[in-house]
Amino acid sequence: MKADGDILVTLAIQFAIMSLLALGGANAVVPEMHRQAVELRGWMNDREFTDMFAMSQAAPGPNVMMVTLIGYHVAGFAGALVTTLAMCGPTAVLAHFLGRTWDRFKDAPWRVAVQAGVVPISVGLVGASAIILTRASDHSWLAVAITLATAATAFWTRWNPLWLIGIAGLAGLTGLV
Amino acid sequence: MSETDASPSPAAPIPSHADLFLAFFKITLSGFGGTLPWTRRMFVEKKRWLTAEEFNNVYALCQFLPGPNIVNLTAVFGSRMHGATGALAAWTGFLIVPFCVMLAAGVLYERYGQVEAVRHALSGIAPAAAGLIIATVAKMAAPMFRSFGPAPIVVLVTAFAIGLMRWPLFLVLLVLVPVSIGLAWRMRPRTQP
Repeated sequence: MKADGDILVTLAIQFAIMSLLALGGANAVVPEMHRQAVELRGWMNDREFTDMFAMSQAAPGPNVMMVTLIGYHVAGFAGALVTTLAMCGPTAVLAHFLGRTWDRFKDAPWRVAVQAGVVPISVGLVGASAIILTRASDHSWLAVAITLATAATAFWTRWNPLWLIGIAGLAGLTGLV
Repeated sequence: MSETDASPSPAAPIPSHADLFLAFFKITLSGFGGTLPWTRRMFVEKKRWLTAEEFNNVYALCQFLPGPNIVNLTAVFGSRMHGATGALAAWTGFLIVPFCVMLAAGVLYERYGQVEAVRHALSGIAPAAAGLIIATVAKMAAPMFRSFGPAPIVVLVTAFAIGLMRWPLFLVLLVLVPVSIGLAWRMRPRTQP
C-alpha cells in the first residue's frame, strides 16, 4: 500500500468533514464512515470495517481511534496520520475558540435549545451505528446471540465491557460464530 | 483547603505546558475502559486543577461541540491554561499513546488478520462490539422515551434516515438539525409566561 497524494487529500477532506458532523461524539459518524469506506469508495469490506470497530472498542484510548485503523488500511502510515489529525484537529480548534466564550453563552436560552435539539439527533446517530454494525457483523445465529447477550449484560450490569469482549473473543475461537 | 465548594478557584497552581502534556499522556496510559473517569480523577481529585463544578462545566461544552468529546476536552482545558499552545500540548499528550497503539494494531491486523485463529476471535468480538453500542444507545435513549416531546421522534427519524436508508449524513443533518432545534425552542421551558 503506497500512499499517493490524491488518496491522502480525500482522506483529509472526508474525515475533517466527519469531525465537524460528529454530533455528540465519534460513535455518531460510524454510519458515515461505513458509507464512505465500504459503500462509496470500496476501501474495505463489511468484515474489515466491523473488525476495525471491534479493535477500537477493545483497545485502550477513545473509540475515535478507529479512524487511525481506517487510515492505515487505506494508505499506510501517512493515511493513519492524516485520518487521525483530520478527525481530531478541526473540532479541537473549534473547542479552543469556543472555550473562551462558553461561560458567556452557556446559560443563554438559544444555547439550551440548540443542545436540546441536537441531543436526540446524536442518540439517533448512535442508534444508526448500532443498526449498521449489527447488520454487518451478525452472519450467524450465534453471532446474533452474542450481540444480544452483550447488549443485555452491558445495559443491566456494570461489568467492565472488556470482560464481555474477552468472552466473545473466546466464543469466536471455537470457530462456530 | 476546606471541603466546601465555596472557593471558585482550585487549590493547585496553573499547570505548565509540560504538566499539561504529561497529565494527558498519563491518562491515556491508564485509559482502559474509557478515558473520561481517569481524566476526572486526575484533574479534580489528584491535581485539583478544576473543581467538580468546573469540570462538569468544561465537559458540558465538550458535549455541545461536535467531534470526539474527550479530545475536545484536552483542547478546552489546555486553551484555558495557556491559550493555543496549551491546547496543543494537552491535545498532543492525549493522542500520542492511542495513536501508537492503534497503529500497532493496524500493522498486526494487516499482517495477521487472515490467520484463522485471529479471524475466529474477531468474528466473535465484532458482534459483541455491536452489542455494546446497542447498550449505549439504549441507555441514552431511555430517559427520552419516558418524557413527552419531540425527542423520541427525532431519535427514530435520525436512526431510520442514516441507519436504514443510508442517506448522506450532511444532507440529513442539514434538514434535521434546524427542525429539531426549532422544536426544542418552541418546547423550551419559560420562566415568565
